[in-house]
Amino acid sequence: MRALAKDNLSLLIQALREEGYEVLGPRMGEGAIIYGPLDSAEELPRGWIEEQEAGRYRLKRDPANRYFAFTLGPQSWKKYLHPPNLCLYKTKKTDQGLEFKSESWHKKQAFLGVRACEMEAILKQDRVFLEQLHPDKPYQERRESVFLVGVNCSRAGGACFCVSTETGPTLKSGDDITLTELEEIFLLEARSARGRAVLGRLPTEEASSHALSEAARQEEHVCRQMGRTLDTEGLAELLKNNLNHPRWKDVGDRCLTCGNCTMVCPTCFCFSVEEMTDLAGLESQRVRQWDSCFSEQFTLTSGNSQRSSAEARYRQWMTHKLATWHDQFDESGCVGCGRCIVWCPVGIDITEEAAVIREKDGASHANS
Amino acid sequence: MIPALFEVTEVSRDNEVTFSLEARSKNGVPFHFRPGQFNMLYAFGKGEIPISISGKPYTDHTVIHTVQNVGAVSRALTELRPGDSFGLRGPFGRGWPVEKALGGDLLLMAGGLGLAPLRPVIYEVLHSRSSFGRVILLYGARSLERLVFGEELKQWQDGHDLEVFVTLDIADPEWNGHVGVVTSLCRTAAQLIDASNATAFICGPPIMMRFSMRELLGLGVQPARCFVSLERNMQCGVGHCGHCQYGPLFLCKDGPVIDCEGLLPWLKVKEL
Ligand SMILES: Cc1cc2nc3c(=O)[nH]c(=O)nc-3n(C[C@H](O)[C@H](O)[C@H](O)COP(=O)(O)OP(=O)(O)OC[C@H]3O[C@@H](n4cnc5c(N)ncnc54)[C@H](O)[C@@H]3O)c2cc1C
Ligand code: SF4
Ligand code: SF4
Ligand code: FES
Repeated sequence: MRALAKDNLSLLIQALREEGYEVLGPRMGEGAIIYGPLDSAEELPRGWIEEQEAGRYRLKRDPANRYFAFTLGPQSWKKYLHPPNLCLYKTKKTDQGLEFKSESWHKKQAFLGVRACEMEAILKQDRVFLEQLHPDKPYQERRESVFLVGVNCSRAGGACFCVSTETGPTLKSGDDITLTELEEIFLLEARSARGRAVLGRLPTEEASSHALSEAARQEEHVCRQMGRTLDTEGLAELLKNNLNHPRWKDVGDRCLTCGNCTMVCPTCFCFSVEEMTDLAGLESQRVRQWDSCFSEQFTLTSGNSQRSSAEARYRQWMTHKLATWHDQFDESGCVGCGRCIVWCPVGIDITEEAAVIREKDGASHANS
Repeated sequence: MIPALFEVTEVSRDNEVTFSLEARSKNGVPFHFRPGQFNMLYAFGKGEIPISISGKPYTDHTVIHTVQNVGAVSRALTELRPGDSFGLRGPFGRGWPVEKALGGDLLLMAGGLGLAPLRPVIYEVLHSRSSFGRVILLYGARSLERLVFGEELKQWQDGHDLEVFVTLDIADPEWNGHVGVVTSLCRTAAQLIDASNATAFICGPPIMMRFSMRELLGLGVQPARCFVSLERNMQCGVGHCGHCQYGPLFLCKDGPVIDCEGLLPWLKVKEL
């Protein structure tokens, strides 16, 4: 474990840039902390934290003036690895018939500030897009070239429950360098060969035992501070046994089916592909766009939506995250980031919905 | 995934809204599939849709799709003529487990265009006829105009390899065969075979499949040997887009053919 002076954080960004990476990280924008290009550490939202609750997000100043005291904004890294809008290929009419062309991805990007839950979300999307008979090329190209700088959280947000989902608050694997911000210094640990190469370019020294115990105390503190809990014991089976529970109707009556939860969720991966033709009708593009299981068209077949009620759509979303994801990928689809709770305009809380179903296990609709 | 370029070699009309397109790869790559698998077909400027492969397995250089014109993309496909090009990705999905029927009786039930994904099974049966016991086809169409593969049905009926029963939902002066929904033929079929040892493949509109399944299980067909081909919205065909999910299944890769045993718990849930 190495120690880096706080003032030297910009050197990490500089080293990554010198290695040819475009550095992306948290910055202020749109009334929230969002991800964008970073030229130096000055651009980080240093000294800001958020107040987060169901349906509520507010930025405020933190006298401690740390670089990474805030937690998660509305965006996750999926906006880069699985872009919301992506041209899959272009088609041109030619004498031979049609010609298909796709563009390869050549950029090298580095994500600075990947939290533990975010790292786990990336690993979950890897299973969806890569660990398949047909790996997804656009995702693969982006994922293989990305450099990940993880950051261990020093505070938990009001909607966080990564301790329950065992996805945080401390990074376990997958990133190239992990940062831990302490009072006076950063701790740095390299986890890959390219991580070691970048770390080697920085003026670090061996971390003191004092610093290591400060890091351990900080982790304990974050665990105690979790805004929420989710009882995951037998949860998948519980939900599958309660598909006719009256709570689905209750939550369906509150849900606006706006799809915000699916847009902010770092593991939600669904998309649609649209045909976009130029005015002359000679060229066309297949454009992939994020889609949401909350839309009525999502399941359109034979002229009907298979899930016409809000109740059915909320149930699909939540049971996919917490139950059927286990059947599909041998793990849960939720990393406990709490974004779906914070960014739901009516404050629907996945942990609360699960708790109510557990409390009244076996209840069912009067009419079914 | 970029489609492969295919060229239409022959078009035949199955009914007023349904056409079979024979095509071959523009760069001469052989095409292999298993009965019940589907392709994602791309029509320039319109889009891409899942379409079952309806021709002979192991023909190497041509592939046949039978397309019903119901909307933008399917219309564009049915309007293709010999020499025209389209894009093809596939084959995708798990098809009919024909090997499970080897040595035993096989019951095929089709409604409407549901005969298209079952036709390759029939070709495979005819190709190695002695490997199967009795093979029965129950086919129902809405009306005489909507019947598909009429010529072939007649050939199969006249031959001795299959026992073919065709019914129309609506009576027609030009039709002297059976009238009624296809499930009304189940009892007749069940008398010809040993249901508890038979394998059944069902494909048709959702309601038809629901009732057929219920009927066949009631007549003693084992749920683990009764298979249906399910339909959902499909955008990718390879397990990435999420649209085709049905309970824990991605129908594009875990299906479209699913055994009834695994389905039974989910069938009880509305709007799954
Ligand atoms: C695994 C699988 C295999 C399939 N095999 C075949 C096949 O062999 N031949 C074939 O013709 N079709 C087949 N389909 C159905 C076909 O994919 C749809 O008809 C097609 O997607 C409709 O697209 P479109 O752009 O033409 O119509 P859209 O513009 O999308 O829809 C036009 C109208 O038709 C309705 N519609 C959409 N799908 C269907 C449908 N399946 N049946 C009736 N109406 C519909 C729409 O709701 C809308 O009202 C298959 C579907 C799946 C999932
Ligand atoms: S379901 Fe909610 S808490 Fe879980 S990963 Fe998605 S946004 Fe985060
Ligand atoms: S749960 Fe909330 S965020 Fe998700 S679709 Fe319903 S109203 Fe929108
Ligand atoms: S069609 Fe895209 S996941 Fe099945």
